[in-house]
Amino acid sequence: MNATANPIEKRNARYGKYVDSVTPKSSTIKSLWHSFWIGGITCCIAQGIGDLYALLFPNFSEDMIVNITSMTIITLAILFTGLGFYDIIARKGGAGCFLPITGFANAISSASMEYKSEGLILGTSVKMFTVVGPVVVNGIVWSTVAGILNLLIMGRM
Amino acid sequence: MAILGMLFIYAKVFVVGGAMCAIAQLLIIKTKLTPARILVIFLLAGIALEGFGLYRPINEFAQAGISVPIIGFGASLARGSIEMARQIGFIGAFAGGLVRTAFGVGIAVVASYAVTLIFSPRSK
Repeated sequence: MNATANPIEKRNARYGKYVDSVTPKSSTIKSLWHSFWIGGITCCIAQGIGDLYALLFPNFSEDMIVNITSMTIITLAILFTGLGFYDIIARKGGAGCFLPITGFANAISSASMEYKSEGLILGTSVKMFTVVGPVVVNGIVWSTVAGILNLLIMGRM
Repeated sequence: MAILGMLFIYAKVFVVGGAMCAIAQLLIIKTKLTPARILVIFLLAGIALEGFGLYRPINEFAQAGISVPIIGFGASLARGSIEMARQIGFIGAFAGGLVRTAFGVGIAVVASYAVTLIFSPRSK
């Protein structure tokens, strides 16, 4: 029993070592770096668009500038998804592409495009929120909790 | 001087926004969490930061670096909910978050629908 188990174990250990040696060590660092700079540039583009709007519409409130900025980058991300550019960037960018709000937009539009073949009602409309559903649901639930808790605590004070 | 100040702001935005994405990427690699779970974790972090009043100082420092990642979406939801609850009572908590984020979500849905009508999905 031992005689057969040992070579197999040895082989497994050797194979594990081989896998470790072949797996590029730098791939973690590299993917971290790619998501870092792609995410950073996404944020900088949003900042730039916001600064531009603040310059163009000086009488808009700060909230309004934030709103139209996020609407702009969401539209751009969805347009890029439709044209097929976003997937190319996302392959490299990883978290840098799905964590910003552009990734949220990309998730909605790519799901809705993917299920177009099943029809506009039963495909697109039903499946649009397959990916971002958890974000929307948890966001609504826990922000409501935050609002109620805030009112209870601040109301008592 | 003004240009230097602006460069400094963009450097902060780049570093903070990039760091958030790098942390998310690290979570994907190290913990095998799916992207959906990571999005929810960051969203809840944003709601908690806003709920405890920590988000606005960070936002003043990092600007788009913190508001563009999904943390900003969570903070926006929580802020809307808290503000409306204070204005019109506790039923406001149910609507405020949606009202505040409706600009982004609304255009995301409408634009996605439009894009779906115009383009066909590419085979991968």
